[in-house]
Amino acid sequence: MLARNKAAGLAQAAGGGGPRLRSPLRRLFVKGTSDGQTESGLKRAHFKEWRLPFWLLAPQLFILLLFFFIPSIRALIQAFQLTDPFGATTQWVGFQNFERLFRSNVYWSSAQVTLIFTIAQNVLTLSLALLLAFASNHILRGRGAYRTVLLLPYAIAPAIAGIMLAFLFNPRVGPVAHMLQGMGLDWDPNRNSWHALALVVMAASWKHICYNYIFLVAALMSVPQSILESAYLDGAGPIQRFLRISLPMIAPTLFFLIVINFVYGLFETFAIVDATTRGGPAGATSILVYKVYQDGFVTLDLGSSAAQSVVLMALALLLTFAQFRFVERRVNYSV
Amino acid sequence: MNERTPVIDALCHMILLVGAALVCLPIYFVFVTGSLSQQEIMRVPMSWLPGSQFFANMQTVLSNANFGRLLLNSFIIATGITVGKLAVSVIAAFAVTYFRFPFRMTAFWLIFMSLMLPIEVRIVPTYESAANVALPLNILGSWLGIKALVDLDWNLVNTYSGLILPLIASATATFLFRQFFLTIPDELCEAARIDGATPWQFFRLILLPLSRSNIVALAIILFLMGWNQYLWPLLLTTEPAMANAVIGLKKLMPQSDSLPTWHLLMNAAFLTMLPPTIVILILQRWFVKGLVDSGK
Repeated sequence: MLARNKAAGLAQAAGGGGPRLRSPLRRLFVKGTSDGQTESGLKRAHFKEWRLPFWLLAPQLFILLLFFFIPSIRALIQAFQLTDPFGATTQWVGFQNFERLFRSNVYWSSAQVTLIFTIAQNVLTLSLALLLAFASNHILRGRGAYRTVLLLPYAIAPAIAGIMLAFLFNPRVGPVAHMLQGMGLDWDPNRNSWHALALVVMAASWKHICYNYIFLVAALMSVPQSILESAYLDGAGPIQRFLRISLPMIAPTLFFLIVINFVYGLFETFAIVDATTRGGPAGATSILVYKVYQDGFVTLDLGSSAAQSVVLMALALLLTFAQFRFVERRVNYSV
Repeated sequence: MNERTPVIDALCHMILLVGAALVCLPIYFVFVTGSLSQQEIMRVPMSWLPGSQFFANMQTVLSNANFGRLLLNSFIIATGITVGKLAVSVIAAFAVTYFRFPFRMTAFWLIFMSLMLPIEVRIVPTYESAANVALPLNILGSWLGIKALVDLDWNLVNTYSGLILPLIASATATFLFRQFFLTIPDELCEAARIDGATPWQFFRLILLPLSRSNIVALAIILFLMGWNQYLWPLLLTTEPAMANAVIGLKKLMPQSDSLPTWHLLMNAAFLTMLPPTIVILILQRWFVKGLVDSGK
C-alpha cells in the first residue's frame, strides 16, 4: 500500500522549498532555482562534493535501472512486438496488439468488471469510513480503543482478507453463507457472477476502510475548533456541523482518498481476486490487473499482456496526475 | 463546548461497535475454525466457540505444509525489504538534499519517476529482468556482436535476493526522508561544518539520530508491506520451499475434488496474520504517524 501513498511527498517533493507554482504540471517539469538563492530542494547549507553523492545515489539508481527503468521500457517495446509462447521468434507488429486488444470482447468485459468493482469498492469504503470517522470524532470516551481495533485490517494481507471472506461466504461451510441461505437467498459465488463480484468488493473494502478512516480522522481533527464552536453557539447540532462545516473543509482529503481508492482497486487487489475467485466464474471477477497476469503467465500471450501493461501504465500516470491536483489543495493536518 | 447529545452519543457508539465487530468477527472465525477438527467444520451450523484442536492443527500445518519454513521466508523477505529500502533511501535522500553536484536534478527526477508505475503493471518484463539480471548486457552484446556478453546468465528465481531487490526499487521512502531533511534547520549543518565535520560524520552523528522516529514509523509500514507480499513471490518462486506464508495459504485452499481442509487453512491463516497484527497492536502510535506522514 505504501508504494501508492506516494501521492505522498509528491507535491512538496516536486516544489521543494520554493514558492508554490500554480500548476502541478509546471511543478513537474520546471526545474532549477525557485527562490533565487539555492536550487530547489537543496539545503542552503550544503556540501560541494561530487564523488560522495555519486556513491550515495548509486545503489538506488542501480536497482531502479535494473528493476524499474529497463522493465518499463521493455513493456513499452513488447507492446509493439509479437513473440511466440516459447520466446523463440519476435516480430515487430506495430499497433496490432492494441487493435486486437480493443477488438476483444473479453478485454472490454474485463474493463467493465474493473469499473464496477472499483466504483463499488470506492463508494462502500469511503462511506463506511466516513461514518466511522464521524462517530469516533464525536464521542469522547473509548476513542483510542475503537481506533486500535479498526486499524487491524491494515496488518492483514489482502490475500488473507480474501481467503477469510471466501470461507465465511462459502456456500457449504461458511457461517455467513448459511445465514444468507437461511434468509432464502441462493448464495453461491462459485456459480453466480454477481455473488462473486460482491465477494471481492467486500473483501477489498474490508481491507481498505481502515486506511480511509485514519486519513479522515486526521482531517477531522484539523478542522479549527473556533469555527465549530461559533456554529455551536449559533445553534447548529453535531450532524449539521459535520455536514455544513467539517465535510466541506475536509473535501480535499475526500478527493485524495477517492483517487487513492481507485489506485488501490485497480492495482492492489490482485491478491484478493487470485486467492478468492481466480477471476471466475467465467471471467466475472477478472479485473484488468488479473488479466495482465493471466495472459502473460498462464496463456503466455506476451504481446497482448504487454499491450495491457501499457494501457495500465497510462491509467497509473493519469491517476498520479490526479493525485497531484488533489494533494496540491490538501489541508495540512497532523495526528 | 459543553454539549449534551445523549442520543447521538449512543448512536455513535453503536456505529463504532458494529464497525469493530465487522473487523473482529472474521478474524475470530479464522481462529475458531483453526481450532476445530475435520468433522466439526462440516457440521451445520458451525460452532461459535473454539475447539480443542488448535495446537494439533498447528502441528499439522507446520510439519505437513512446511509452514515453519514459509513463515521464516516471510520474515526474511519482510526484513530484507525494510532494511534494504531504508538503507538505500536514506543515503539517496541525503545526497540530493545536502550536496551540489552535476546532474543532481537528473538523479532527482529519475528517482521521482519511479513513483508513477507500480510493479503490477509491468510484471512480465520485471520477471524477465529477475530471471536473468544480465539481460541488459545480453541485449547490448547482441547489438554489438560480442558473443561473450550474449550468453551471460544470472537467475534470481527462487532466491531471496530476487524476492527482495525488485521490491526495493521504489522511491517512496527517499521522498519521505527528503521531505524530512528539508525541515531540519540549516544552522545544524553550518555548525557541524564549522566544527570541521566531514559530510559522512554529519550524516552519521546528526542526521541519522534526528531521523530516528521517521525511520521507525516507516520501518513498521515497510515490514507489513513486505510480510504481506503476494504477486511477486507468486511469480518468482517455483520451489514450494521458497514461497512466503501468504503464497503457502493459497496452496492450502480446498480444491473441489479433495477433502476440504478449511480448518488447516484457517489455522495457517491465523499463524500468518499473527506477527503483523502484533506489530500493529504494539507499535500503533508510530504506525499512524508513519501512515499519515507518508500520505502527505
